[in-house]
Amino acid sequence: MGEAIVITSGKGGVGKTTTSANVGTALALHGKRVCLVDTDIGLRNLDVVMGLENRIIYDLVDVVEGRCKIHQALVKDKRFDDLLYLLPAAQTSDKSAVKPDQMKKLVDELKQDYDYIVIDCPAGIEQGYKNAVAGADQALVVTTPEVSAVRDADRIIGLLEKEENVEAPKLIINRIRSHMMKNGDMLDVDEITAHLSIDLIGIVADDDEVIKASNHGEPIALNPNSKASVAYRNIARRILGESVPLQPLEEENKSVFSKIKKFFGVK
Amino acid sequence: MKKNQNVTIKGTKDGLTLHLDDSCSYSELKKELDIKLSESSRAGEDRLISVRVQVGNRYLTSVQQEELKELIRQKKNLIVESISSNVITKEEAAKQREENEITSAAKMIRSGQVLEVPGDLLLIGDVNPGGTVLAGGNIFIMGALKGIAHAGCRGNKKAVVVASLMKPSQLRISDCINRAPDKDQHDEKREMECAYIDENEQITVDRLQVLMHLRPNITRLQGGS
Ligand SMILES: Nc1ncnc2c1ncn2[C@@H]1O[C@H](COP(=O)(O)OP(=O)(O)OP(=O)(O)O)[C@@H](O)[C@H]1O
Ligand SMILES: [Mg+2]
Repeated sequence: MGEAIVITSGKGGVGKTTTSANVGTALALHGKRVCLVDTDIGLRNLDVVMGLENRIIYDLVDVVEGRCKIHQALVKDKRFDDLLYLLPAAQTSDKSAVKPDQMKKLVDELKQDYDYIVIDCPAGIEQGYKNAVAGADQALVVTTPEVSAVRDADRIIGLLEKEENVEAPKLIINRIRSHMMKNGDMLDVDEITAHLSIDLIGIVADDDEVIKASNHGEPIALNPNSKASVAYRNIARRILGESVPLQPLEEENKSVFSKIKKFFGVK
Repeated sequence: MKKNQNVTIKGTKDGLTLHLDDSCSYSELKKELDIKLSESSRAGEDRLISVRVQVGNRYLTSVQQEELKELIRQKKNLIVESISSNVITKEEAAKQREENEITSAAKMIRSGQVLEVPGDLLLIGDVNPGGTVLAGGNIFIMGALKGIAHAGCRGNKKAVVVASLMKPSQLRISDCINRAPDKDQHDEKREMECAYIDENEQITVDRLQVLMHLRPNITRLQGGS
């Protein structure tokens, strides 16, 4: 019996879909059977980030409304040998097309066949959020080091703590720019974690490679050389129960290096 | 035959006190009060005299209280200052007890959450921005107050807010409101502070230690040294 993990944030655009794609991919790299579920009905993205858009035949709403069986709607990721699948969201309906109890039933069914169900949640706290959380056992809350994102994360954590079936949520801080944090222009990791008072499961640097990779439909987690990739893989290892110390953000070395370069007049 | 004295009037330097006996019927009492006041009405005087009414062990409904006030008010220069009774209803007693109770809670009050108690609140945890705590009485926070705290929310102006870290977005005591300065005073410590309504009817924030002088009633400890 697998476990369902919802990736949520409250605020939009902080990296839920990117996190879902990469954490799911990293879990599959560990040999786990993973099913990604996109619950952002009407604004689906996860298929694009995963590079699976062209293979979609049926979607979540088709399954819920009985037009097809679950396995018919699942899109297989060919980069993995039968380990990674995506259940895409519908693009033509809206969030009210699915009810929380239907979602729960669907996720429970997927849990029979997969080790991890990674649920990408839409922004907001309405119907879409309720659907995404309905079948979840665990929750990862994504925030960026901005006051507004942290405020919304706090709101979402409050709601998640009321869900009886969901374990205490864990925090991911995404898009960290260490030079801004050091200058005090951004909230720092300790400040955010203390403020939200939940466990931190990972920090991810702001990395252009993430955007490039998403645009190519290749989750960054597949590329072992980027620092964001290491961060996502570490999150997956922590989900699997390993205790991996938080990596210092590699950017710090780079910024020292670039200072030296500047000092020598090299551009 | 001398009639029972159900209504007695006593003059003090602050005004008059009317003692209304509690053993007769209410209608009897009203009748006698009317007579008594008519004979002692000093129509010539234009100075207003305030009257305190003591009704002993009689329970008066709010309608009856109004009736008595009206009756007394008709005597031109009398004003009812208060009606006091030795008895209250069970509900009032329960409410009073609630309002004197300290409710403790160990939790975070997050954005969008509201915690309200009738009496004093002892919160072990933070109030985050966007979170609100309300209390009929005082609010004591062992943690950081970064959201809204409203003490004395049913009108008690003596109520106070105490926090280990005082960085509220807004403080309210009774009907006074005080919001955080627009510029964030980032490096200010603001530890172990209390907020109260000062003599200018404004909310003041000060060191915790001033409370024992300003609000000695917070102490419920009896005896000791
Ligand atoms: N660590 C990162 N470094 C750089 N860019 C990032 C990072 N994480 C996410 N992004 C970029 O931020 C944008 C928003 O990310 P994403 O779509 O994952 O957010 P979301 O929370 O799913 O948004 P929505 O609320 O609209 O669903 C994307 O362009 C993505 O490539
Ligand atoms: Mg998204």
